Amino acid sequence: MQAAHETTLGIDHRKLAIWVFLGSEFLFFGAFISTFLLYVDNTPEGLGVELFDIPFTSISSFVLLMSSLTMVLAHSAHVRRDMRRARLWILATALQGAVFIGGQAFEFTTFVREGMGLTTSPFSGAFFVLTGFHGAHVTIGIIMLLSLWKLIGIGRVTPMEDVKTEIVGLYWHFVDIIWIIIFTVVYQIPAG
Amino acid sequence: MRSDRLARRWWLGLTMALAALALAACGDEPQSAMDPQGPFAQKPDDLWQIVFVIAIVVFVIVQGLIVFTVFKFRERPDDTSLPVQTHGNTRLEIMWTVIPALILAGIAVPTVRTIFELDAEPDGAMTVQVIGHRWWWEYRYPGAGPDGQDIVTANEMVIPVGQPVRLEMTAQEAGGPDNAVIHSFWIPKLAGKQDVVPGRITTLNIQADSEGRYLGQCAEYCGLSHANMRARVDALSDDQFQRWLADQAEPAAEPEGELARQGKELFFREGSSCVGCHALNAGDLSSGAQVGPNLTHLMSRQEFAGAIFELNEDNLTAWLENPSSMKPMRPDFGVGMPDLFDESDPEARREIQALVAYLLSLL
Amino acid sequence: MATATATSRSILARPTAETGWTSWFTTVDHKKIGIMYAITAFVFFLIGGLEAILVRLQLSEPNATVLTAEQYNQLFTMHGLTMVFLVVMPMGAAFFNYLIPLQIGARDVAFPRLNAFSYWVFLFGGLFLYSSFFLGGAPNGGWFAYAPLSTSMPGNNMAFYSVGLQILGLSSLAASVNFITTILNMRAPGMTFMRMPMFIWMSLIVNFLLLFAMPVIAVALFQLTFDGVFGTSFFNPAAGADPLLWQHLFWIFGHPEVYILILPAMGIVSEILPVFSRKPLFGYAAVAFAGAAIGFIGWGVWAHHMFAAGLGPVARAAFGLSTMFIAVPTGIKIFNWVFTMWGGKLRFTTPMLFAIGFVAMFTIGGLSGVTHSVVPHDAQQTDTYYVVAHFHYVLFGGALFGLMAGTYYWWPKVTGRMLSEKLGKVHFWIWFIGFNLTFGPMHFAGLLGQPRRTYQYGPELGDTVTIWNRIATFGALVIALSVLVFTWNVIKTQRGPKDAPDDPWDARTLEWLTSNPPAHYNFEEIPVVTHRDEFWYRKYAEDAEGRAVPRQAGGSTTEVQGQPPAGGDTGDPDHGDGHEHIHMPNPSYWPLVMTFGLPIAGYAVIYRSLVLAAIGGLLMFFGFYAWIIEPVAEDDAH
Repeated sequence: MQAAHETTLGIDHRKLAIWVFLGSEFLFFGAFISTFLLYVDNTPEGLGVELFDIPFTSISSFVLLMSSLTMVLAHSAHVRRDMRRARLWILATALQGAVFIGGQAFEFTTFVREGMGLTTSPFSGAFFVLTGFHGAHVTIGIIMLLSLWKLIGIGRVTPMEDVKTEIVGLYWHFVDIIWIIIFTVVYQIPAG
Repeated sequence: MRSDRLARRWWLGLTMALAALALAACGDEPQSAMDPQGPFAQKPDDLWQIVFVIAIVVFVIVQGLIVFTVFKFRERPDDTSLPVQTHGNTRLEIMWTVIPALILAGIAVPTVRTIFELDAEPDGAMTVQVIGHRWWWEYRYPGAGPDGQDIVTANEMVIPVGQPVRLEMTAQEAGGPDNAVIHSFWIPKLAGKQDVVPGRITTLNIQADSEGRYLGQCAEYCGLSHANMRARVDALSDDQFQRWLADQAEPAAEPEGELARQGKELFFREGSSCVGCHALNAGDLSSGAQVGPNLTHLMSRQEFAGAIFELNEDNLTAWLENPSSMKPMRPDFGVGMPDLFDESDPEARREIQALVAYLLSLL
Repeated sequence: MATATATSRSILARPTAETGWTSWFTTVDHKKIGIMYAITAFVFFLIGGLEAILVRLQLSEPNATVLTAEQYNQLFTMHGLTMVFLVVMPMGAAFFNYLIPLQIGARDVAFPRLNAFSYWVFLFGGLFLYSSFFLGGAPNGGWFAYAPLSTSMPGNNMAFYSVGLQILGLSSLAASVNFITTILNMRAPGMTFMRMPMFIWMSLIVNFLLLFAMPVIAVALFQLTFDGVFGTSFFNPAAGADPLLWQHLFWIFGHPEVYILILPAMGIVSEILPVFSRKPLFGYAAVAFAGAAIGFIGWGVWAHHMFAAGLGPVARAAFGLSTMFIAVPTGIKIFNWVFTMWGGKLRFTTPMLFAIGFVAMFTIGGLSGVTHSVVPHDAQQTDTYYVVAHFHYVLFGGALFGLMAGTYYWWPKVTGRMLSEKLGKVHFWIWFIGFNLTFGPMHFAGLLGQPRRTYQYGPELGDTVTIWNRIATFGALVIALSVLVFTWNVIKTQRGPKDAPDDPWDARTLEWLTSNPPAHYNFEEIPVVTHRDEFWYRKYAEDAEGRAVPRQAGGSTTEVQGQPPAGGDTGDPDHGDGHEHIHMPNPSYWPLVMTFGLPIAGYAVIYRSLVLAAIGGLLMFFGFYAWIIEPVAEDDAH
C-alpha cells in the first residue's frame, strides 16, 4: 500500500478514500432527512413528534457523543503505539455504540407499542427508515471496532498502522455527526 | 480558393435544407403544437418563434464554422510541417461567454414574464374540473346546469368559443387518490400540457378562439394504455354551449323500442355490474358510481374508451364482448373495464345486443 | 515464476494466474478490467439496440400490432435502463479504467480489488436486471419509474427495477471513490492539475458527480422498495404522501447523471481533436473550468424535468433561468473544440471523424436543450418526441459518437492492432446518416403532437407524423447496419497481426509512451512530468513562431531524451528483467465472491426469502472480511 509520503497529496490512499466516501454519505443521509422534513406533519394526531421522549434520547445521544471522545483517545493511543490503551478505548467506543443501539431499540419498540409503526404514516415511514439506516451504520461501525480490537489483539494490525484506527475513527465520527444533525432536525426542532 | 468555395456551397446547401425541413414541419396537423388556436397556446408559440430563430442562427454559425474549418484546415498531402501551437485566446473566450449569456438573458425576460402571465387565473374564466383516470378523462362542470346541477362527461370537453376556461385538475380512481397515477392533460392547439397528480390540484388555462374540435391526449406515462387516453375539446358558439349544458343537465330520455328498454332493465338490474362502475341518470332510475365514465348522454359524444373508438353499434358490441381485447387494461388489478360476458353464450350475446341498443339511445 | 503458496495471511490460497481464461475472473489489473467493462457494455449495447429496433418497428405505422402494449412498455423501459446504466456509464468506466492510471503515470488505481468489484457488480447487476424477463416480466414503468405508477404496477417487474438499480449503483459509487482517490493521489511527480490531460479533468468531475448523485438515487430506490415490499407510504397519495417527492429525488440524481453520461465523451474528444489537428486543445483552462462549472451548476437545474409536474411559477422561473445559464459553459467548450481545429493541420482518421461528428451533433442536442429552457414552450415540448430527439442527439450524437471516437483511437494501444481505416470510415458515414435519419424527424413528430412512451399512435395525428416515424424506423435499421460494419471491422482486425506502432497517431499524452498493450506494470519508470501534454513536449519543442519542431533525439518517438526507455511486455513482471522493484497488487477472489452475494440478496428482497437473504448476506460479509484481511500484494521472497 502506498505510504503517505509517496502519494500526490501526501495523505494515505485509504484515508483519502474514507473522506471521499463520507462525502457521499452526507448526501445519502441528507436525502433521507429532507424526506423526513417533508413529512414531519404528515401523521395522524398523537402519532408524531408527540411520541418523542427527548430526555431519553438526549441521554443516548450523549452516550454516542462520548463514544467519539473515546474513539479519539483510541487513535491517539495507537499513534503513541500504546496498543493496550488503544484496544481499551476501542472497546469502550464499541460498548457505548451498543448502548446507543440498545436505546434506539427500546425507543422504537415503545413507539410501536404506542401505535406508530413503520407503515403507520408517511411521517413514521420516513422516521423509521432514516433512523434505521443510521442505526445500521452505527452497527456496522461497532462491527468494525470489534474487528479492529481483535485484529490488533492477534497482531494483524500493527502499532505502525495507526491509519487503520484513524479510518475507523473517521467513519465513527461521521456517524456521530449525522446523529447530532438528526437529533436536532428530527427530534428537537419539530418537538420544540 | 477552391476549398473556400466548396465550403460556402456546403454551408448554403445546409441552410437551405434546414429551412426546407423547418417549413415542411410547420403544418396544421390536428395535434400540432405549432398551430396555436387560442391565447394560452399563442403566448408559448411567440416565445418559440424567437428561440427557434436564434437556435437556427446559432446552428448555422456553429455548423458553418465546423464545415469551414474542416475544409480550410485539412492537411495538404505535400505539407508535413506542424501548425502554430496556439494555446488559446482570452478575448475570444470572453466573447463566446458574454454573447451567449446576453442572448440567453434576452430570452429569459419574456420567458419569465410569460410563465407568470400563463399562471394567473384569467378574468371571467369558467371553471371545469378535470380528473385523470386510468385510462380516460372525466370532466365536471360544477353547478353549470340551468338549475345549478353538476354536469359530468368524459373524454370530450365542450367549451364555449372565445372564453377562457380554468381547468382544476387531479388524478383519481373511483373517486379517490388510492391506486391513482399521474397523467398529463394536453391539447396542443389550446395550451401546453399540465400534469394531473393524485392528492393535489393543478391548474391550466385554455381558450379556443375558433369553433371546432381540438385533439389531444395524455402526456404522462400512466401504464398499459397510456397511448389510448385521448382527449378532445369541442369549442361551440355560446348559444350552442348553453344548449349543450341544458341537454346534459337533463336525465336520459326513455328509450324507444323493446330491445333498448330491455337494455335499460339489464343496466339497472339488481346487482348489475354496470351500475357498480358507471353513473347514469335515467330520471326514475339512476346510478352514482364514479369508477367509469358517466353514460347519461353517451351518444352526445363521438368516441369512447378514451376517445379511441367511434361510438357505433359494432364498436360498442365488441367492447361489451371483450373490452381487454380492444384496449389493454388490467381489471384484475382494479384498472379498466372487466370482461363481463362470455360471448360464446347466446344468452350473453342477447344481453349485449339489448344493452348496446340502450346505450345507443342515450343522446 | 510466482508460485501458488498458501500464505498464513489469506483464508484460501491466493490466485496467481496472470494469463489465461481464469486470470480474468480474479484480475485486479485496471487494463483487463477496462476491457471487460468495454466488452460487456458493447454486448448490452447490442441488446439495447435490438430493443430500440423492436420499438421502432412497432412505431413505423399507426396502430401497429408488432408488439403488445405490455411488451412495448417493457421494451422501452429496458431500452432506456440498458443504454444509460449498462452501456454509456460502463463504457465511460471502461475508458476511466484503462486510461486514468496510464494518463497520470501510475501503475494501477488506488484500490485494485475495489476496481474489480465494481466491474463484477456491474455485470451481475445487469444480469439480475435482465433475469426479470424470465421471472415474470421486465421493468415496465419507464426508466424514470414515476411514483405512484411504479408502486401500482402488478407483478415483480418494478421490484427488479428498484433492486437491480440499487445493485448497479453500488458499482458506480465504489468506482467513484476509487477514481477520485487515484486521480488526486497517484499522479506522476510534476503532474499538477493544470498539466493533467483534459480526459482526466473530465473523469475527476464525473466521479465527483457520481459520488454525490448515486446516494440520492439510492435513497429514492430504498424508499421505492420499502413502499413496494414493506408497505410504507413514501409516495402513496392515498396515505397523504406526495408523489412529487419521487420526481425530485430522481431528478436530483437524474440531472447530474446526464452530465455523468456526457462528460467522459467530452474528455475523449478533448484528447482526440488536438492530436488530429496537430495543435493543443484551445483554451485548456476554459474547457476545464467550464466542465467544472457544468458539474456544479448541474445540481441546480433538476426541476427542468418537471416543468409540467405542478411546480409553482416561481420554481419554474428559477429552474428555467438556471437551465439557460448552464448553456453558457457548454457553449464555451464547443467553441474551444472548434478553435482547436482552426489553424491546425487536420487529419481525418476515423477517430477524428467521430470526434468532429460529436461536436456537430452535440451542438444540435444542446440547442434543442436551450429551447426546453423556455418554460412556457417546454409545456408543449416535454413528454413528446421532441424531447426524445433532444436527448438522443446529446446521448447518441454526443456520448456514443465520443465513445466510438475513443474506441478507434485507443484500439491500437489496447490490442496492438489498428482498426481498418476504410471500414471505419464506412462505419462512420452509415452511422452518421442513420443517426440523423432516426432522430432528426423526431423533433418534428414531437412538435406535431406525438407523445413519448406510447405503444401506438393514431392516424388522426396526420400523415406527416406517420412519415416521420417511418423515416425514423428506417434510420434505426441503418444504424444497425453500421454497427454490423463496426463489428466486422473488429473481427477482421483482431484476426490480423499485432503490428501497430506504440504511437501511431503522434499523440500528446503519457499512455502513448508505453508498449502495445502496456506492460502489466504500465511504466518501467514512473515518468516525471514537466509540462501539460508531457509526451508531446518530449517529442516536439516550439520554435519562435510557436510552430512545433521535432526535438533532436535521434530515434523513435518512444525514446525520450535523457529518460529510460518505456517498458515492454517482456516476460514475468515481478521477477527478472530489472523489474524487481515494481510490486504490483496480486489477483484476488474476494471481489467476485462478495459480488455473488448481491443478486442473491436482491432476489431475497423480491421474493421475501429469509434463506436467500442469509446466504446473500453471509457471502457478502465473508467475502468482505476475507478481502479486508488479505493484503494488497503478497511479498514473495527475493
